[in-house]
Formats: sequence, structure tokens, C-alpha cells
Amino acid sequence: MSKIPLQFRHNGRDVAIFVDGGTNLLVALRELIGDMTPKFGCGQGGCGTCSVLVDGELHLSCLTLAETVAGRSIETLDGMKQGPNLHPLQRAFADNFAAQCGYCTPGMLMAAKALLDRNPSPSRDEVIEAISGNICRCTGYEPIINAILAAAGGRVSA
Amino acid sequence: MLELRKDIFADERDDNLKEIGKGTQRQDMLGHVTGTSSYFNDHKLQGMLHLKVVRSTQAHARIRRIDTSEAERSAGVRRIIRGSDVPVNLNTLLSLINFGKDDEPSLAVDKVRYKGEPIVAIIADSEREAFEAIAKVKVDYEPLPAVLDVEDALKPGAPVVNETYPKNTFTYHETYDRQQLRFGDADAALATADHVLEQRYQMSPIEHAPTETNGAIAAPDTNGRYVVYTSTQALFFSVDTCAKILDVPSNTFHFIGGTVGGGFGGKVDTLTEPLAILGAMLTGKPVRYVFGREEEMQYGPPRGAERIYIKDGVMRDGRIVARKIRAYFDSGAYTRLSSYAAVKCAAHLPGPYTIPNVYGDVYCVFTNRTPATAMRGFGVTAMDFAIECQMDKLANLVNMDPMEFRILNAYRDGDMKAHRREAKNTALIECVQVAAEKAKWPLRAEFKQASSRKDGGGARAVIPPTPADSRARPTATVQQRTSYDRLPPTVTREPPRDPPPPAPPPPSPRPTAPSHGATRFSSVFGTRRR
Repeated sequence: MSKIPLQFRHNGRDVAIFVDGGTNLLVALRELIGDMTPKFGCGQGGCGTCSVLVDGELHLSCLTLAETVAGRSIETLDGMKQGPNLHPLQRAFADNFAAQCGYCTPGMLMAAKALLDRNPSPSRDEVIEAISGNICRCTGYEPIINAILAAAGGRVSA
Repeated sequence: MLELRKDIFADERDDNLKEIGKGTQRQDMLGHVTGTSSYFNDHKLQGMLHLKVVRSTQAHARIRRIDTSEAERSAGVRRIIRGSDVPVNLNTLLSLINFGKDDEPSLAVDKVRYKGEPIVAIIADSEREAFEAIAKVKVDYEPLPAVLDVEDALKPGAPVVNETYPKNTFTYHETYDRQQLRFGDADAALATADHVLEQRYQMSPIEHAPTETNGAIAAPDTNGRYVVYTSTQALFFSVDTCAKILDVPSNTFHFIGGTVGGGFGGKVDTLTEPLAILGAMLTGKPVRYVFGREEEMQYGPPRGAERIYIKDGVMRDGRIVARKIRAYFDSGAYTRLSSYAAVKCAAHLPGPYTIPNVYGDVYCVFTNRTPATAMRGFGVTAMDFAIECQMDKLANLVNMDPMEFRILNAYRDGDMKAHRREAKNTALIECVQVAAEKAKWPLRAEFKQASSRKDGGGARAVIPPTPADSRARPTATVQQRTSYDRLPPTVTREPPRDPPPPAPPPPSPRPTAPSHGATRFSSVFGTRRR
């Protein structure tokens, strides 16, 4: 099977890989780039744990053909820290108990970042809407919503 | 958020708490928010192969023939594993504690007993090639009548699901087809009760649906051992189960786990490790076996279904005088942990209430459904649902407030429970009172003043004559008290002294008297068979 050369930006660095036709972005990131932060949950776009940003927009990497991101900029949780420091969202998630098993956390954080990057002071409803494609089976939605609001400006109900 | 009600039972403890009531950061939180927590599937190993299984399309069928010839020629295929390749191809999870008979193969050989049962495993260079190869395996089935309902499974002439248990029920103590509880004379009390209410409840299987699916990666180590990354919730249990199935000492394995992407009970069955390790043994390469989402949802073990019949006798003044329960726990095609769930179910009867006549039969039943497993309070959850629905209906029947009805019938310290153990440290009354307060639900004064520490014991501590109880029972053993137990209610209580006395020294070991835990263990699991 012929391989397709592919270049894109991964968390601010240029990367080049060869992919099989039909390879999805999740597999390309995890198995070819070695970035294990996006997770496999369903492979059907149902759970959101594979969420990444493509040119700042939230995408489900399990349903994104790797070839389609050529020349574009990909952000994952692996690139969220600001140097040695946690991003305010990461800090807020930690402080607000917004992770239990941690498996949905990468996707939740990317969905939250996509929201705050375009809307720095969202309403509670807008936060709920922004993470509505992400499933947390430990049922920790309330702390997650509170964490995102906290990161946005300290408006926390709990 | 968290509220500690220190006013309740305040004299029973000091407030020298170092951690309770204070926020503490989880030790794994930093890993979670930075994405560096390492789940089993986050390991990329050189030359890793991929394992997929062929699953039964039938709920119940004899396997006439398995044709793998085309799959063997499929691109990328490294190895095909059949049941005959599994060193010990019959196991039951709780055999590690001598509870139950081996009844489940890793790969089906002569028969499939539920839709989705693994039959053949194929290892290939890539996941795609493994998928393509399993599609080429041809299994010739001779369909058998399937039984999918717990009560149908117990009817005479019902298809035998699992030949290890030909009556379709788990066998306790190598004799009994159910868990039985007999306390007083429920039938006589029902005959004289003012009202009798009989209801049927049932709960469907529930899938845990963890975001991370079940899986394992096994890799040969240089020292003859195997490193296994796994999603298991029960790591040491899984090590020993693999050792048994693969017939090697358990120190052959170096299991690495503990970071689980959601389990809730659905990752205790050692579903993927044995085949992943066997694959690594047979190919000499790292092998990954991970469930897809469809496999997880369709064939991953769920919380077992239950059907429950409750017949209660209640007096006009609200006292429940008899509770008779018949419950069926749907184990699916194999035992896994359902035998234990039924024990828990029986041990929970009649709920946190003092009822002088209790009769319980709980069956662990085999059907041609997906084997059930653990899930958050399994065995108790459905029974509690049934009992509490029933409590509301009974309250309505006698025209009582449902909260007050529960307080009236709640167990209290010193009461005799139906399993002939004294109720200690009870707190249902206080829970109901606080719930009513939070809900701004009015309670009358006498119910507001009720206490778990008042009005228990005495006549309520008596074990009633139990007619069906023909087998000789040992006389009631003395129940050991621990430093956490409340004093028996007959003893007058002195106000707490100030300062509180130091904690008593731990009791010295008494080898002649079996400890509380050991006694209970043997009464549940019976005599050791080896």
C-alpha cells in the first residue's frame, strides 16, 4: 500500500510523517507522532475524548482523515502547558476536582480551550454547550463546568 | 458540597480528624490535566501485533466446524489461536478463593452459550489486517434453543445453558440451588396481616460504558517473563487468573496497571489479558488486544439483570410484620461474579428495616445472555430499588407519610436482623430525618425525635421460632464488639466525659475464637475444596 507524505504543525512544531490512505488523525498522532494525549474512546465521534484543535477549531481526531490536515496547525493537550507552568484551564481543572479517571480530561480540556479562545467570558450555558460533545462516565460534569468558569474569570458556584 | 453533620452521634467520636472534611489533592490529578497519566494503551512497543477475536453470532449453538483456512492466508496474519491452544481452557474467576466450579472457556470449543462469545483469536501485523482476517473465519453452527429469561431457565425441560450447572442455577455449598433466608413464620404473619401487597420488580442489564474500553498489551521481556499493561481494576486477581489459564507461575508476569479509564466494575473479569499474553508467548512479539466500542457495549459484561417478587404484610398502624422475597439474578451464560452477587442480595434482606418474619429465596440463574459482572453495589442495587418502591407503596396503602413510615420500620441498635446478627451502629432514622430536613419535608414530632439508639433491642432482639428451619443451627455465637461499636441499648448511657478517653488498645489476637471476618467468609463461601 502506498504511503502518503504529510506535513503539519503539531503544538507549534513542524512534523512530517507518511500515512496509509484512510489513516485517521487520532492514529497518526498517537502511533506515528507518539502524542498519547488524545485518547481512543469510541472511534465513532460519540465520546469526544479524541478532541484536538485544527487551526483553533475543535475536531474529533478519530473522524478526521489525517491527509486533510496537511499544512494546518494541530493543538493537543500535550502542547497546553505554558513552559513549565500549567495553563489556567489545567490549573482550574486540578483545583476544582474536574477529573476522576482522567480519560475524558484531554478532550474536555481541548473543548474548553476552543471555547475560551473565542469567548473569554462564557456563560454557564455556553460552557455546557461547549462540552456537550464530550462524555464523562465518572459523571463529573458539574466540577468540569465549574473549572471552566473558574478559568474564565473566577465565577464558580461551588 | 460536602457537609459533615457533627451534631449526629457526636458523643461517639472525637473530632481529631486529620483528613476527613478537608480537601486533599488527588495524587494523579497533575497527570490527568497534563495528559501524562499512562493508560494501558499509551504504550507503543516495537513490532507490536494486534489481536482480534471471532465472536459467536448465536446465543446458543453447538459448534460443528471452525474453518480458518482462508483466514490463515489473509495478509498480515501471524497466528491463529483456538481453544485447544489455551493451556487451561476452563476457568471461573472466583476459583482463586475456592468458590464455584470452572465453567467458562477463554475460547469456545464445542458450544457457544451467548451471542458474542469468543471462538477464535487472530493475531496480525495491523489492526486492519486482524479485522480482515477474522471476517474470513467460517464457523458452522448447529443452533440450539436459547433461554433468555431467568424464570424460563428454571422451568422443567428448559435448555441447559452451561453443562457445569445442569439445573441452570449456581450451586452453593455443593448442595443448594439458591440462597435461603428464613426468620420467623412469614406465611403465618401474612395470613393475619391487615394488608398484603405483592409486587414484581425487574431491572435490565446495565453496561458500564467506560470511556476507555477493556484491553491489554502483553510483551515478552528479556528474562523469560512477560510485561502486561492492562486496564484491569483487579490487577493481582488478574495476575493469578492468567497464571491459572496459561498454566505458569504467577511470577511469570509483570503486570502494570492502576490507571484505569473508567471501570465501575466492568474491568474486573480478566477479559483480555490471557489471550494477549498467550499471543505474546506464541509469537514472541508484543500483542495488543483492545475492545472496540461495539465490543465493549455489546459483549462487555454488564450489571446483571434481576427479577424480584416481594410480598409484604403490613398492619393498619404501619408496622410491617412479614416480608417474603423471591429474587432471580441473571448471571448470563457463565458465573463470573454473579454467585457472589446473589449472596450479597440475600444478605441485604429485608433492607434496613426490622421485620419479625422474613423469608427470602435468591437464585443465581444461567441464561444465554452476556455474562454479568460487578457494578457498584451489584446484587444490592436492584433489591434496594424494589424494596424502596415497595416501601412507598406500603406507606400509601396504610395512609402514612413515606418518610415517617420508614422511620417507624427502621432497624435500631440492638435489633435482631434476619440473618441472626445484632444490628449495630444503625443510622437509617437519622438519614431519613436529615433527608426530610433538606427537602423541607414535614415530619411529626415523634418521628423527628426518633433515634437509632432508642427503642431497639428487647423484644426486637429475639430470634423468633422459625418453622421451616429443620436443620440444626449452631446456638447464636457471641458477636465480637469492636471499638467502633455503640454500646448495646440496654446499657444506660452516660454523657461523654471530657476529655474523651484514649482509644482502647487493639484486642490481642485470640486464636481459638475465629475472627469476625473469617467466620463470615466461611459461612458465605463454604468449605474449602482443596
